[in-house]
This record gives sequence, C-alpha cells and structure tokens, in this order.
Amino acid sequence: MMSPAEIHALLRTRFGAAIADFVQPSAGEPVLGIAPAALHDVCLFLRNTEETCFDFLRLITAVDWTDRFSSVYHLYSYNHYHSITLSVDLDRSNPCVCSVADIWPAANWHERESFDMMGIVYQGHPELSRILLPLDWEGHPLRKDYRAPEQYHGVKHE
Amino acid sequence: MNSARENRSPDAIESLRTEELMINMGPQHPSTHGVLRLVIRTDGELVSEAWPHIGYLHRSFEKIGESVNYNQVVPYTDRLDYLASMNNALAYCLAVERLAAIEVPLRAAYLRVIMAELNRIASHLVAFGTYALDLGAFTPFLYGFREREDILAIFEQASGARLLYHYPRIGGVARDIGPDTVQAIRRFITVMRAAWPEYNALLSNNAIFIKRTANVGIVPRAQAIAHGLTGPCLRGSGISYDVRKAHPYSHYEDFTFAIPVGEGKMGTLGDCWDRYWVRMVEILESLKIIEQALDGLPQGPFLAKLPRTVKVPAGEVYVPCENPRGELGFYLVAQGKPQAMRLKVRAPSFCNLSITNALARGVLVADVVAIIGSIDIVLGEVDR
Repeated sequence: MMSPAEIHALLRTRFGAAIADFVQPSAGEPVLGIAPAALHDVCLFLRNTEETCFDFLRLITAVDWTDRFSSVYHLYSYNHYHSITLSVDLDRSNPCVCSVADIWPAANWHERESFDMMGIVYQGHPELSRILLPLDWEGHPLRKDYRAPEQYHGVKHE
Repeated sequence: MNSARENRSPDAIESLRTEELMINMGPQHPSTHGVLRLVIRTDGELVSEAWPHIGYLHRSFEKIGESVNYNQVVPYTDRLDYLASMNNALAYCLAVERLAAIEVPLRAAYLRVIMAELNRIASHLVAFGTYALDLGAFTPFLYGFREREDILAIFEQASGARLLYHYPRIGGVARDIGPDTVQAIRRFITVMRAAWPEYNALLSNNAIFIKRTANVGIVPRAQAIAHGLTGPCLRGSGISYDVRKAHPYSHYEDFTFAIPVGEGKMGTLGDCWDRYWVRMVEILESLKIIEQALDGLPQGPFLAKLPRTVKVPAGEVYVPCENPRGELGFYLVAQGKPQAMRLKVRAPSFCNLSITNALARGVLVADVVAIIGSIDIVLGEVDR
C-alpha cells in the first residue's frame, strides 16, 4: 500500500517535470497534476508497475474550473488496496486529451459521458459520441457557462 | 410444403439469401428493468453485437447537485438507485462528512448500517424476483416481494416513506427508532432466515433456471476488473473484494461477516448463476450484520449538532460505498460555498452495464436477457 505522496515521488523520478508538485490539501484528498502529453504513459506505467498496479479504473470525470477544464482519473488497486486521483488541466478553448480506453476498457463509457456532459475530446477513443443525451443535443450541460435551450424539437419548458 | 423442400436442388439452398438482422429491444421491454434500449445485431439466433442505448431517465442529477445546498441534495440521491435509497443517501452523506470533517454519533452510524443492510436485502429480493421473471418464472417474484414488504413496513415506521426515505442525513439520521421497530426488525430476521431455503428450492436449484444461467455470460476475473465491474458482478467472478471490508465506513469494522464469492458451482466461474448466487448469500450476511448492530446498538444522539447550512471547506474527496449493485462513489469538489462546485456520481449500474457488448457477442438472443438480468441494473442510476 502506497500513500499519494509516495506514488507522487515514484512518478516524479520516472516522468520528471510532467508531474506537478505535490500539494497536501487542508481538507479532502490530494490530487496529482499530470501534463496532458504524459497522461497515457503515466497511466500505463501506473497500471503495469508492480508496486502501484492500478488495475481498476474507478471513474473518469471532468471539472469546469471556469478558467480551465480538468479531466480527473480515479484509480484503485485490488492488489494493494490503495487509490490515487490524477488530474489533467486542459485548455478551455480546446479541451483535448488522449483516451485511456486502450488501457482500461472501463474508460470507454466514462470518457463518452465526460465528452457528452463537459465536451472534453478524448483522442483515440473508439467511439466518442454522446451517451446520456440525444445525439442532436447542443452544448455540454455541466459546463458552468451552459444555458439550457428554450426548446427541444418543439417542446418548450416554462 | 415437404414436397417443395425435397424438390429444391442443393444449389438453390446455397443461393438462399441470408442477412444480419438488427433487432431493437426496449426501451419499453419488460426484461430491460426500466428504460434500457438495446440494439442487437443477430446472425440467425446468434448475437454478434449488442449496443445499449441509455439516457432515457436522465434527470441531470449532477447539475442539480451544483445548484442546491448540501442538505438539499440528499432527497435527490434517493432517486438514483431507487431500490437502494438508504445506501445512496448514506454514501452521499459520508462524502460530505468526510470533506467537512463531521463526526457522526455512534448510534447514528449503527442505525445507518441497519437501514443500509435492510435495503440491501430488499434490493437483492427485487433482483431475485425480477431475474426469475426475465427467465419466465413468475412465482419467485411474489415470494421476493412478500419479504420485501416487511422491510418496506420497517422503513415506513422509521422514516415515514416506503421507497424514497430521505433517512440518512448529513451528520446522522432523520429520526431515532423505537423498541417497536427494533422488534419488527428482529421478527423480520427470523422470517427471512426461514424463507431463504424456500427461495433456493424454488429458483436457485431449479434445473431450468440453472440451464438458463450456468455457463452463460461468463466474466473471467481479469475482464471483470478491466471493465470496472463492482459488487456482486465482481465477486461473482471470484474476486473477494468488498468496500465494507477493505475500507470500512460507518463502523462496518465492528461487525463480523463473510464476503461471498462465485465458485462456478453450477457451471463456470463468473457465469450468470454465480452472480445470482452471490446476491442470495449476501442476504444471509446482511442479516448477520443487522443482528450484530441491533445487539450492540448504543444509546445516544442520532444526529450531530450542525448549523442549518453545512460548511464544507474547499477541497475534493472521493468516497466509495458498497451498494447492492456495486461501488457507489461520490466525487465531491467544494470551493467553500453552500453548494458543491462539482458532484459526480460513480454509479455501479452504469459501469457494470458497459460490459454488455463484450458479453453479448456470440450468445443466443434469449441469453442476452439472462445476461442483462444477472448484471442487475437500475436505470435511475445508469442515467442519473
């Protein structure tokens, strides 16, 4: 079992500047910031390295910080019973990051939902399309600047 | 008719046109447990692809979660997996409490465990009944609902509601339970223990049921983990993992219980029967937990003293809980405001359902129903 700080130190020695400095928050759990370009390698490393062995992808989601997006990855290891949260900051005008669906098949639907709700584009995803909303829906509702449409196919809301 | 077939030359039979057929199943199909739509490509009776289409029940839970106060979110969580409302609300409250460092009174923690485990049994009873319905047996459904009714009566006594309880609150539970409720729960434990062998005689060991479920929809260990299966679906594949044991919350560490796992008893490890059986044995384990919690139920307050508006500091937290359908996790991002900045639900039904296409390839059309039923989804949670 490794603590987030230990996992951070391990990643730092392997990936250097692609891993942001470790911050222990006053409340809640620490999150490791990863450079978008290094995300795929980091994930592969975390899954395949024996000490970390993150075989279970719990969740992928996105957060709108209003000045940027972040794509967040919650990983867990059934071997070591430890977990880690990774976060990738993305440009608000072109939120785009590589898919990890080839590493964990579970990522497939999570990335589709994140695309649907927040408009993050996951490059290399096998079928990146809306999952919860209709295919012709406009906009990404969980963005902070989203305005609900006045009507949808002639159905109006009051 | 016969003579026509005999007169047909072998060449003519070979030149018969064959094509793949696309079948639309749902969203109004009784075996889809709600409003799931499956588009299935079939080659004769064999399925080559099955694409789930979801979202029919989307009610923008996460968007609402960003616009109302922390306390006001609790009733919405009831409506995620509406067969396990107690467990949902518990998971959400734990997430807020962990981030805000709120101490829950011991009595409240025990009451939560009792209710969560009762709800797990109620949920598994619905799974038992509807799974039998899917496969063409009507009677088990009535048996399952008979015992479930007792649980709903207990919930009604405790919370005033039969389906959407709003019982766990941030800092504890809504109301204390009295001696009459304790007595009703004890009576239920006896009733449930007596009814359990009936269920097995009726369904678990039924030859037709076994033929429909054993060796069908096999999920090997590695696939279960890679596809993010949790709960009975994961344990059905032989992986002994339970959040209540691995990372105890709400004082689960005080109780002794086993983690049932699939063993391939009727067919192959990780088949539909194994997933079904894990749920059945979990009913007995939940009864053990409830009994211990009632025996050790401490006196004291049932709700922590908190301000009307809960103060949650800036930070983020992910709290997993073992729900009847798997790992329900709330990912909460707070910025010190009265509302959450981001509230994300890791819904076990959603994650478990994503394996459908991988499992459906190459099976018979009727087996798709057996597979979907064995995953045991609730669409309220899939679509949120």
